[in-house]
Amino acid sequence: MADTKEMKKALFEPILGSNPIALHVLGICSALAITTKLETALVMSLALTAVCAFSNLFISLIRNQIPSSVRIIIQMTIIASLVIVVDQILKAYSYEISKQLSVFVGLIITNCIVMGRAEAYAMKSPPMMSFLDGIGNGLGYSFILIVIATIKELFGFGTILGFEILPLVTNGGWYQGNGLLILPFSSFFLIGGMIWFIRTIRPEQVEPKD
Amino acid sequence: MSAKKETLGKTVGVVLAVCLVCSIIVSGAAVGLRGLQNTNAALDKKSNILVAAGLAEQAAGDISGTYAKFVEEKFVDLATGEYVANPAEGTGKPYNMYGKVSKAKDTSSKVEGNVGFSRRANIANIYHIKDAAGDVTRVILPIHGSGLWDLMYGFLALDADGNTVRELVYYQHKETPGLGGEIQNPAWQALWNGKKLFNDGEVAIQVKKQAGTQDPYAVDALSGATLTSNGVQNTLSYWAGQNGFGPYLQRQSWKS
Repeated sequence: MADTKEMKKALFEPILGSNPIALHVLGICSALAITTKLETALVMSLALTAVCAFSNLFISLIRNQIPSSVRIIIQMTIIASLVIVVDQILKAYSYEISKQLSVFVGLIITNCIVMGRAEAYAMKSPPMMSFLDGIGNGLGYSFILIVIATIKELFGFGTILGFEILPLVTNGGWYQGNGLLILPFSSFFLIGGMIWFIRTIRPEQVEPKD
Repeated sequence: MSAKKETLGKTVGVVLAVCLVCSIIVSGAAVGLRGLQNTNAALDKKSNILVAAGLAEQAAGDISGTYAKFVEEKFVDLATGEYVANPAEGTGKPYNMYGKVSKAKDTSSKVEGNVGFSRRANIANIYHIKDAAGDVTRVILPIHGSGLWDLMYGFLALDADGNTVRELVYYQHKETPGLGGEIQNPAWQALWNGKKLFNDGEVAIQVKKQAGTQDPYAVDALSGATLTSNGVQNTLSYWAGQNGFGPYLQRQSWKS
């Protein structure tokens, strides 16, 4: 059984040290699309963390039984099933948000983070560690999403989670909302800025020049 | 161990076992949560009707209560424009004009033109919005037609004169977010308020470029979404026309 130190590392290392978005540049597509509002970003983070953790757990549990010739298909089957379950739960318990997330919940299936962790980590590691690694990577993804969604919602709409922080001119306030930040592609700049920031405080992540 | 892994029998066995377990989990979740999901879908429809009725703010959190108070569902025979009894009476299920009845030969009619569907139900469910005195203040008509990618479903809210548009609310569509998806943008939806459907009994409403705000028969098309705008135009032309709600709007059956 792994010791506590190793478990902590699996859990917290992906937040800054090996962040799936900032270092591996995985899962960008959904990070662009659903970060306009903090609420959807939170739900998406939760959904991805759950899927990533449980897919890692289940794949790790049966990793010694999975024939390597069909391992990717088996991983996909497990991930897809989990995503459908998450989608059904969202439709039942938080219908409004599931409507806003629309196709992006289904697209967790194709989110490289889930598949990447399953193939790179869960296939070689015991269940408990894989589960923690899944949660850790989910947290890393969530961290970026929440930061970006906070910036976009605050400066784009002047709200946080729907509560008015900077009163907009259109509502009689003084703050002129930044139209660029409302559009999905503004996350490109923000993610780029975050990668810059993380690599400045962690210079070892900078790739060597060709 | 790795040698054993690769036999054909084992590979097939593992694949089948994984599939079996996964399908049980997925179907279990789908069946177990269906009741809640249906409730949510029904509530969502009601809240869209309230938006079309202009009562969304008043409703605040109490959608079902406000709906029960102000909204009355009616059934219209599209050919004659007269009210009929609930066709689904006694089945225990709500009547759905987009369900099976829109396909079956005896309950639907063929549709000509480019509106995006080939048959439509003969009987439509429409909604009366009543004020405290019980007078009909708005009529809400269900409309649908193809956009760029798929059918777009919405509600058209008219004043009691059967001509003045108050709201055009799309609640289900697959248009491109940011382009055609702007049909759900409140700023664009607001353009419809006060427009007229008919001029001298003819369908006159137009979705066109640079319509301006003065022309009572024209609404600005969505920039970057010509095909979606055309879809909205075709949808309205059909449903306001003689094959759609035309006869009903001429009779103004809600006034009697």
